[in-house]
Amino acid sequence: MEAFGLFILILDATLRVSTPLMLAALAGLFSERSGIVDIGLEGKMLGAAFAAAAAAYVTGSPIVGLAAGVAASMLLALLHGFACITHNGNQVVSGVAVNILAAGLSVILGIAWFAQGGQTPQLPEAARFTPLVWPGADLVAGVPLLGPIYSELISGHNLIVYLAVLAVPATWWVLYRTRFGLRLRAVGESPEAVDTAGISVTWLRYRAVLCCGFLCGLAGTYLSVAHNAAFIKDMSAGKGFIALAALIFGKWRPVPVMGACLLFGFLDAVAVRLQGVELPGIGQIPVQFIQALPYLLTVILLAGFIGKAVAPRAIGVPYLKEH
Amino acid sequence: MSGPEPTPGVPKWVYIVAMPVVNLAAAFLVSGLVVLLVGEDPLEVVKILLWGAFGFQEAIGYTLYYTTNFIFTGLAVAVAFHCGLFNIGGEGQAYIGGLGVGLACLYLDFLPFPLLLLSVIAAAALFGGAWAFIPAYLQAKRGSHIVITTIMFNFLAATLMVYLMVNVLIEPGQMSPETREFDAAAWLPFAHEALAWIGIGFARSPLNLSFLWALICCVLMWGFIWHTRWGYAVRAVGGNEAAAVYGGISPARTIILAMCISGALAGFLGVNEIMGVQHRLLLDFTAGYGFVGIAVALMGRNHPVGICLAALLFGALYQGGAELAFEVPKMTRDMVVVIQGLVILFSGALEFMFKPYLEAPFLRRRQVGAA
Repeated sequence: MEAFGLFILILDATLRVSTPLMLAALAGLFSERSGIVDIGLEGKMLGAAFAAAAAAYVTGSPIVGLAAGVAASMLLALLHGFACITHNGNQVVSGVAVNILAAGLSVILGIAWFAQGGQTPQLPEAARFTPLVWPGADLVAGVPLLGPIYSELISGHNLIVYLAVLAVPATWWVLYRTRFGLRLRAVGESPEAVDTAGISVTWLRYRAVLCCGFLCGLAGTYLSVAHNAAFIKDMSAGKGFIALAALIFGKWRPVPVMGACLLFGFLDAVAVRLQGVELPGIGQIPVQFIQALPYLLTVILLAGFIGKAVAPRAIGVPYLKEH
Repeated sequence: MSGPEPTPGVPKWVYIVAMPVVNLAAAFLVSGLVVLLVGEDPLEVVKILLWGAFGFQEAIGYTLYYTTNFIFTGLAVAVAFHCGLFNIGGEGQAYIGGLGVGLACLYLDFLPFPLLLLSVIAAAALFGGAWAFIPAYLQAKRGSHIVITTIMFNFLAATLMVYLMVNVLIEPGQMSPETREFDAAAWLPFAHEALAWIGIGFARSPLNLSFLWALICCVLMWGFIWHTRWGYAVRAVGGNEAAAVYGGISPARTIILAMCISGALAGFLGVNEIMGVQHRLLLDFTAGYGFVGIAVALMGRNHPVGICLAALLFGALYQGGAELAFEVPKMTRDMVVVIQGLVILFSGALEFMFKPYLEAPFLRRRQVGAA
């Protein structure tokens, strides 16, 4: 029973750590399936985290915070689109610019507005997304096995966690069951064909980049308004890059991407628990090794040693319309 | 139509001088707007920056010390760019290169100084180069994308260093993860010490002799890229891989060569930071310098002369920015990060935004002439 309780706690932590990863990785999925490389997930998350915390603090409403976070992230996505789609700029360079710009601007504006060394003030409970307790959660908590699963694992998360879980089937549905999704996938494989069919490559890719901005906005808002209660300098702390790794690990498909995010989140949750613990037969596993696993696994996968990750064919190539 | 190719009929200086200057001006203009937005006076900020970077001897020393780092990382990114590769892993390569420098200084300090210096430089190149070799090999032989792999290797370098510093290299009985201080015989002389030998007085600063090595690397890089067979191969693969294959060049070998040189150059950052300034191995000494290298290479158009100028500009921004934070509390070092982001945006991603406007006057004149 003890072990089971611990297991539930770790799964619970996994879900909380995986939420921003899932949102950001699905964001990257929209962009990259349309042929636009996005290493700026990190910057968009950070920008959104700052805007969301700032707006939530000033208005006292988490919903306004969410709107501001999404808006900031979408603006950064538009900037990326402007450089990559309109001006055929190098997509990696543009992504780097977005990351660095967001890291600098969030602190400079934070100092100017709140004068707390780049942080936003602590948010009161009412200005945050707080855990939603599902009906009957307290009643069944004592029931063996199913009780803890319902009360700990399913109930008691904040709104954005549930949004992230819903975003997976939603992304799948948009991508594989709508006309927009079909075209989006087509433009990432063969923009010439899409263009020949009389559909605007530019407009399609802009919409894809905006979807990416929207989801990154949710991810960033989660960091500062739901998971934590303030914006802290560089609080995205590489999550955007882990999400990118998960996107590749999931081979640019929604359900495997979710699996990769949960795996990376699980590793993170376990790493904390395993600190200084002697495992029978293995000894101590250095925490750094577990922390390095997502990156290591992605490198090994990309090298083709565990299955093959095939990127969308037209990824990273600006589309030049022939005259 | 905007694109990378020069349009016939437009003089070359438009691309070599006018376009970079206009792009940089745009980046600074937007930076000025950000300063205005937070309620400060941009001209005042520029004045403090310039004074803070060049106004007194100590400032000049600090500026050139930062410049040294940026020359190394800028050259590193540029060499890879010439081969058509985006080496975003300068940060990690510099970190591991610094590890090599630290190990050499810790365990080879019995050597006479010239020999020690040679081994330190070799260790920096070897460690930094090795950290770039794996992504290069995976790109060349297994087709995994260099951008993603080098990003992952930055994080891997960071976790590896934390593990090594906390568990292996830490000085026993100490709390903070640092090695023992190197023997004074293994310190690279500071510029003020070196200048004192020849009777010139100069204020104390972290500037050290690795600055000279950075300048030598510029010359070596120039010679390598434009005056050797291998440099030609690198540019050929970067320009048109298919044509390079047709010319009998092996892209795989060239990619690995270019990346190893790139990693070695990034690794030299450790010579400045570890052997020259810190005199011990510690965490996070790369402090984002590897990423600044991207801005430096883009701004310097991958040419050593341009890279030196761009490195000096960023050196001045870093040192002036530190001074600025004292004078104007709202303007922390993060303002320099904003400027850096804008430079990458305008000189890199939006490189060709102004191209049609800059070309227009020349094309119009030609049309008039033809009529």
